[in-house]
Amino acid sequence: MNTVAEASLSRKVVERASTGQRTRDLMFRLALLASLSVGFVVLAALVIDVVSDGASKLSLDFLTSFPSRISPENTGVESALIGTVYLMILCALFIVPVGVATAVYLEEYANRESRLSRLIEVNIQNLAAVPSVVYGILGLAFIVRGPLGLGPVLLAGALTLGLLVLPVVIIVSREAIRAVPSSIREGSLALGATQWQTIWKQVLPGALPGVTTGVILALSRAIGETAPLLVIGAATFARFNPDGITDRFTAMPLAIFEFISDADTDFRAAGAAAILVLLALLVVMNAGAIFLRNRYERKW
Amino acid sequence: MEATSAGAMGGPRPDLYRKRTRRSTGEAAIRYALLAAALISILTTTGIVISLLEETVKFFGDVGIGDYLFGTKWTPLSGGRSQSFGVVPLVFDTLYVTGIGLLVAVPFGVGSAIYLSEYASPRVRKTLKPILEVLSGVPTIVFGYFALTFVTPTILKGLGLEVGSFNALSAGLVLGVLVLPTIATVADDALGAVPGSLREGAFGLGASRMQVSLRVVFPAALSGVVAALVLGASRAIGETVIILVAGGQTTNLTLDPAQAMQNMAAFIAAASRADIPTSGPEYGAIFAVGTTLFLMTLVLNAISIRFVRKYRQVYE
Repeated sequence: MNTVAEASLSRKVVERASTGQRTRDLMFRLALLASLSVGFVVLAALVIDVVSDGASKLSLDFLTSFPSRISPENTGVESALIGTVYLMILCALFIVPVGVATAVYLEEYANRESRLSRLIEVNIQNLAAVPSVVYGILGLAFIVRGPLGLGPVLLAGALTLGLLVLPVVIIVSREAIRAVPSSIREGSLALGATQWQTIWKQVLPGALPGVTTGVILALSRAIGETAPLLVIGAATFARFNPDGITDRFTAMPLAIFEFISDADTDFRAAGAAAILVLLALLVVMNAGAIFLRNRYERKW
Repeated sequence: MEATSAGAMGGPRPDLYRKRTRRSTGEAAIRYALLAAALISILTTTGIVISLLEETVKFFGDVGIGDYLFGTKWTPLSGGRSQSFGVVPLVFDTLYVTGIGLLVAVPFGVGSAIYLSEYASPRVRKTLKPILEVLSGVPTIVFGYFALTFVTPTILKGLGLEVGSFNALSAGLVLGVLVLPTIATVADDALGAVPGSLREGAFGLGASRMQVSLRVVFPAALSGVVAALVLGASRAIGETVIILVAGGQTTNLTLDPAQAMQNMAAFIAAASRADIPTSGPEYGAIFAVGTTLFLMTLVLNAISIRFVRKYRQVYE
């Protein structure tokens, strides 16, 4: 008798707790959904804000005119757009060989237990977390002035941005190389290929989609960086296109910075239009990365 | 994120090659060429340290270390008598704006992570997470524009707050949104690394999803979540353009977020654009502040790496 009463009592307690728990569970779930929506709401607000401010300014003339300090109607981003494209090309020429070579060395050659490769590894992790403005200081002290003494030119900007995004290329390339299964290497070696032949003919082609994604990811980070270019003294306002790699230059984020530093709303609208151009470039690059990944990614 | 490459379980390739490696001088040359490329990353760090220290040491020849570290007036670019190199207001403003940012980013970032990891179905998660990552790919100048032309005039002034055109609140809030995805994705990875058996055990004992999330999964992933927070803080502390554009160009030793504030990174960018001689303490101040910022992020990053290691050791 007694045990039956106890059982029904405890059952009641359990049921009551579970209704309270259910409400709390629901509240918790809603709170989580609300916090997740913060990111999405801001992203949407940001896009709507920029489009509504800048879309009307966007035209072919805007893309093919030099900036103007006097008339916001005739201002444009030609020099910045061309500067950014040159920067990206130069930057890619620097980060692809250096980044992939580093990744190959760390994955295929280095003894993982050795102090040197551990040092390199920790070092890359740390570099990935150094604020971009500090890379600007490095560029200013070593590349623009100091040992290289290039001045605030295209090559200096590309090298500074390259050093900044190199860790991204290395980290993603390493993962891609690691994903190529050992059996591929074993097969190649068994057929008499040397280590380098194996890497060049088997491993790298297999890792290519991943490496390409990493490079595009790195370049799309570089394309939006403002701080390091400000610090190395790149122009924010230029009524000329760079002629060669040792020419002075400006870039999209710098042009945007110049536009929105002006209190005049027409110039700020031009800033919004320039942001749209920059975002469009980013969308194209990322779409390219996704396409390449889906088209060429191999399941081993 | 950065940390994922560290301890992942790649097979040990080097032993595979051991017998064939030193076959020709060509192979050896390639090996050294690759090593040379890998050393560029070490050279980068060395370059950063040398470039910072060289000018910082010179700077401390002109300005006493005590005056720099404990001085409460930061007016390095004004000439003559009113020039002063006390870094306290600048460090305070940096931490204050970062703090506002973290007030946004920590709860919403961790909340997003718990939802993605414990509540969302795999399909929903696969769609939502990349969109969240898009947010962290938006150039910071765009966030700066958003803070300056939308958050300050439309939202803050619209709410009736008496803020200036440049203010710490707007910059801090938007800074928080910038680091939210970083915190959410890294924390989501940490929660995801908790083995399913722990969840199943708790569900089997009759725990609700909320109890499982908060009392089983979250504590088990705590070190990874802390690593995510520290990583977010480190990214927020070093952010330049949002504060440069929306925070203003002056430091203010105040608790009032409606005032203009400048952080260390924004000072570096602003001062290096200013027309100053490259020999005086004004120029040196750029590097001294750079050193201070570099050391702060280095410490934060070391803490974050330590926490990541901890959670990896437990479950892998």
